[in-house]
Amino acid sequence: METWMAVMIGILFAVGTYMILTRSLLRVILGTAMLTHGVHLLLLTMSGLKTGAPPLLGEEAGKYIDPLPQALILTSIVISFGVTSFFFVLAYRTYQDLGTNDPEQLRGGDHE
Amino acid sequence: MSNLVVLPLLTPILTGILLIFVRNVSAQRWVSGAGALLNVIISALLVNQVSEQGILTLYMGGWEPPFGIVFVADWLSALLVLTTSVIVFASVLYASASIGADRTKHYFYAFMQLITVGVIGSFLTGDIFNLFVCFEVMLIASYALLVLGGEKRQLRESIKYLLINIVSSTMFVVSMAYLYAVLGTLNMADIAVRVAEADQAGILNVIAVLLLFVFALKAGLFLFYWLPGSYSAPPAAVTALFGALLTKVGVYALIRTFTLMFAYDPAFTHTLIGWLGGITMVLGSLGAIAYRDVPRILIYNIVIAVGFLCFGLSLANAAALSGVIYYLIHDMIAKGLLFMLGGMLATAAGTEKLSGMGGLIARYPALGWMTFVAGLSLVGVPPLSGFIGKLLVVQGGFEAEQYGMTAVALASSLFVLLSMLKLFMGAFWGEPQASAAPTGRSFQAGLYVPAALLLAIVVLLGVGAEWLGDYVARASDVLLNPSRYIEAVLKG
Repeated sequence: METWMAVMIGILFAVGTYMILTRSLLRVILGTAMLTHGVHLLLLTMSGLKTGAPPLLGEEAGKYIDPLPQALILTSIVISFGVTSFFFVLAYRTYQDLGTNDPEQLRGGDHE
Repeated sequence: MSNLVVLPLLTPILTGILLIFVRNVSAQRWVSGAGALLNVIISALLVNQVSEQGILTLYMGGWEPPFGIVFVADWLSALLVLTTSVIVFASVLYASASIGADRTKHYFYAFMQLITVGVIGSFLTGDIFNLFVCFEVMLIASYALLVLGGEKRQLRESIKYLLINIVSSTMFVVSMAYLYAVLGTLNMADIAVRVAEADQAGILNVIAVLLLFVFALKAGLFLFYWLPGSYSAPPAAVTALFGALLTKVGVYALIRTFTLMFAYDPAFTHTLIGWLGGITMVLGSLGAIAYRDVPRILIYNIVIAVGFLCFGLSLANAAALSGVIYYLIHDMIAKGLLFMLGGMLATAAGTEKLSGMGGLIARYPALGWMTFVAGLSLVGVPPLSGFIGKLLVVQGGFEAEQYGMTAVALASSLFVLLSMLKLFMGAFWGEPQASAAPTGRSFQAGLYVPAALLLAIVVLLGVGAEWLGDYVARASDVLLNPSRYIEAVLKG
């Protein structure tokens, strides 16, 4: 199971990196979203998969899964959700004001 | 256990929330000024209590480490918190006299308080995931401050800044996932204990380098190519805050990581940091002498300072670490001051380019002399605050027999001098430029107040270095002997 997750995370990272390097802001943003999804899966995998129990401790819990990585993922999801939505708004405003969504055109220069 | 540890964090949060509901422009200025002043007082109390009682800790929600989040104020953290709150107070004063009603109505001051929360939280937290969260608080507030105003240049630079920081934050979480899988803890003191037991090798060095990459990107160490563009886009009040605080948080994180947690394989990690610092100093020097506009000269001086601090960190002996602490505090204040003066200069001349300035000493003698003294302190001329830090780092360099790199560090001071001279001569000497006169306008006299405040601190830090010496010595003692920090956190 962990091996398959590793492959999956690798694919997400590869896709994310590829999309960040493309010349369209929309794809760049989706690329960062892919990247963060990959990281969240990585966090999940690090805590160990399939122990067959919820992250709860009973009075005499025989088996349980470590709840901390799930809390970390939740925090990270909230942050990346906020940042991604901000990024979309920023890209839209930039497209309106500067009339381009090509990062190459946003290079800027000393002429201003 | 002391609740005082969390107060410097709580004051700006509450002030920031209050500011969202205050609509009146001048009321916003008064509230944020009062909040910032209150935080200076609280931070001074914290410094005082740390010097009396030693390292203070606070277990959040009563969860004892390593299970809960712990806040730790050691000498270094307390000192940086005090410096931060003084700079924020000065920035609020500066913003009151330079930021217009349009930005103020769009929560400018609230974001300023929230960025303070992130910065102070990063200095005080003793949990590495909480450090990530504080970084994000700081960064999200900085995105807002960077883009507020919506000029074309700001939009363009915000996109790059945002993308760089999303990627580096992602890498931060990756390193945290590895760290948790290998060591099973996120408490910094506990990490330090387990790294020492595991004899830092193999995967732990991979994690150390990942963290180095993340913090280097945030601090502008070697990977600083995003920095000049994004720092020159917002107004001077924001740049002063960014230049003084944001990169220094990255430097602080590097210091904590490589003196506390990953201090056991210096031949590998510290050599790498030393080389990166050396290259950064060279590249920053090239930038500082190549550009001829005020913000870029100052921004490349940030880069040089970060390189210098990391070179000091890589030496890891008593003299060098004391020097790093001195220089870090000096650099935060001096950079804040210089960006404020640079903003006044650009307003007065109506342009940021040195070619459009000249002869300003006749119209603004006070501004000229303040820039002169601030520039000298950056170079490290003796009675001012930059001197003692540079002296100690160079002494540490000779003790560690790193002669070549120390020579690079000294040479970078010469380039700082050259760039400051260029700025001073270009802006204040010579004939007034006829073409610049119509666009140049006078700025409010209120801008002199925060600049004079920071200048006084720069002089006092230099003259009163002896008075600070004992405190800094104890701060560097904790950095040299991480066991003190670990004991205070785990057995406190």
